[in-house]
Amino acid sequence: MVEPRAPGSPILSVRDLKTYFQLDEGIVRAVDGVSFDVQAGRTLGIVGESGCGKSITARSILGIVDKPGRIVGGEIWLRRGADQPVDLATLPANSAAMRAVRGKEIALIFQEPMASFSHYYTVGNQIIEAIREHSDATPRQARDRAIALLDTVGVPQPERRIDEYPFQLSGGLRQRVMIAMALACDPRVLIADEPTTALDVTTQAQILDLLRGLQQQRGLALILITHDMGVIAEMADDVVVMYLGRAVEKGKVDAIFHAPRHPYTRALLRSIPSIMAAPRTKLATLGGSIPHPFNRPAGCPFHPRCDAFMTGVCDRAVPAALAGPDGSEVSCFLYGERP
Amino acid sequence: MLAFTVRRLLLAILTIWVISVLAFAIIQLPPGDFVTAYIAQLSASGASVSEAEAVSLRELYGLGQPFYVQYAKWIVRVIAGDFGVSMEWNRPVGEVIGDRLWLTMLISFAALILIWGLALPIGIYSAVRQYSIGDYLFTLIGFIGLAVPNFLLALVVMYLSFRFFGANVGGLFSSEYELAGWSWDKVVDLIKHLPLPAIILALGGTAQLIRIMRANLLDELRRPYVVTARAKGIPEYRVILKYPVRAALNPFASTVAYLFPYLVSGSVIISIVLSLPTVGPLLVRSLISQDMFLAGTIVLLLGALTVVGTFISDLVLMWVDPRIRHQLD
Ligand SMILES: Nc1ncnc2c1ncn2[C@@H]1O[C@H](COP(=O)(O)OP(=O)(O)OP(=O)(O)O)[C@@H](O)[C@H]1O
Ligand code: SF4
Ligand SMILES: [Mg+2]
Repeated sequence: MVEPRAPGSPILSVRDLKTYFQLDEGIVRAVDGVSFDVQAGRTLGIVGESGCGKSITARSILGIVDKPGRIVGGEIWLRRGADQPVDLATLPANSAAMRAVRGKEIALIFQEPMASFSHYYTVGNQIIEAIREHSDATPRQARDRAIALLDTVGVPQPERRIDEYPFQLSGGLRQRVMIAMALACDPRVLIADEPTTALDVTTQAQILDLLRGLQQQRGLALILITHDMGVIAEMADDVVVMYLGRAVEKGKVDAIFHAPRHPYTRALLRSIPSIMAAPRTKLATLGGSIPHPFNRPAGCPFHPRCDAFMTGVCDRAVPAALAGPDGSEVSCFLYGERP
Repeated sequence: MLAFTVRRLLLAILTIWVISVLAFAIIQLPPGDFVTAYIAQLSASGASVSEAEAVSLRELYGLGQPFYVQYAKWIVRVIAGDFGVSMEWNRPVGEVIGDRLWLTMLISFAALILIWGLALPIGIYSAVRQYSIGDYLFTLIGFIGLAVPNFLLALVVMYLSFRFFGANVGGLFSSEYELAGWSWDKVVDLIKHLPLPAIILALGGTAQLIRIMRANLLDELRRPYVVTARAKGIPEYRVILKYPVRAALNPFASTVAYLFPYLVSGSVIISIVLSLPTVGPLLVRSLISQDMFLAGTIVLLLGALTVVGTFISDLVLMWVDPRIRHQLD
């Protein structure tokens, strides 16, 4: 058990991150000014509806946003022990420095374990590749390490499974292998992008347990991306609620659940069916639909769907983030200054 | 895996059978029967055939009996390696064809290798650098390659080399080797002559395959497993070559199934223009002079070899795709 670091020394600090897609039709502001901190041994939950920019935030951190997407602003500070922190946003995507971070210091787990593996190589091949990329391990050592990793994540008969192809495994096993691959180089930050969405309820619970266990053993800083408030309640210490590329509310998980402030957060919470009854149900009771990325509403982006909408206020300016107790923040004209 | 192989094998045999029926139909095509034509041909050249000889020939070919009996007699002899006699050359068909069959296959195969060798890197480049100047340039060249029939290209190349270099680029051998027996020097000479017809034959196919590779790869580049590979910190060129290119390779390689027959028939045409010693000119001449055993045999052998080539490539493809390999055993 690694001692959680003192609060205030986050491993990863994202500041005002902006990632835009420059399309012929216009600019998609996929991520539009998001800030958060991630601490060792803690879990940051990022929650929001489909398309609000959660995955693009994760990819921006690793510098693997697809073209024509680009980080156009903000900072991503990665702290390394006594060394000077490095701003990942300034590293060129294909630089050796950036690649040394990917997989080695920050690793990613994906939503679709089926589509996220190549089916032309064995799972062992794909794990060993990650190990050998970031270490001097011989093929033999790398293979032994891969088998040990598979064992750690609860893959039965790892010596045999390592030579199988992804399509020969069940969905749950595939996701375990994906986690093993992410842990291949002992990263300090693990980003899990909807790691359980594609799984059935029982497997989902097992994978979440596994992630929690690994985090405690290894003192991982975990960023857990989901659109499921139930998963947030179960896993997260801190929460960022995203809407249309912006963080509309941030806070400790207790505060978010017991005293949600932003109308969007409240709507999300109302939409949880009942705790864990049907975790895959999408946010059904949330009224209205997400605006098209090219038609971002003027003023507060949430105003067309907000039940606390104030005419002449909310449609005129974008609410700034207002700091509250315990590092919490909310961006809504119900709090703080109005235009 | 086994079931798949057996299915493909049966299909190949069926195809060859259909081709053989077709080839025999070609032999049967001219009016009158073969022996009558043969006798007429011989008497025209001064020789004569005795009545007994004519009867035994009729018996041998089953003339006057139903089509399927004649076919059966013919195919049994073909399997035993006896393709009949060429009337025009008055020699066994097998002898007349000689090396030409292998040279035809060689040119087609050389064109195939060339097509892959060019289309693969260009297709990868065009997909990875989509909409770059290079991509547009290759697209343009590709469309020209598709639009120009290869016999026309062969004519143009012939004309240009004659006009500006005074050289005749036809043939597959220099004159001193043309009639010589096989020797190491003759092989070297052949290899020197091979590129030009191969390039002419390959152009259209290359253009097609560049489009196929580009489209497949563009599709694969967007897949989540590419993001996974990038997230591991592997250099970009290795990400692309190991993952999406590997995935795009299978549909690319499987184009051999339709490309090869197209090349074989294309080689027939450009062989005539470039006067290459392949079966092409022979086939055309035999059809004109109604030398039907020769024509039918060429059609049969070309068809059968093409089917065999396709069958082998099918097996190889199946073997290199782990999903097929594992699902079927
Ligand atoms: N390649 C791309 N080209 C153009 N726009 C894109 C591209 N990728 C993502 N976007 C846009 O970026 C926005 C955010 O996408 P993102 O994938 O981060 O959403 P998400 O929150 O992860 O949603 P989900 O819950 O569905 O995974 C979306 O509006 C999407 O339209
Ligand atoms: S600013 Fe206005 S519209 Fe936006 S969330 Fe707050 S109350 Fe609703
Ligand atoms: Mg996503």
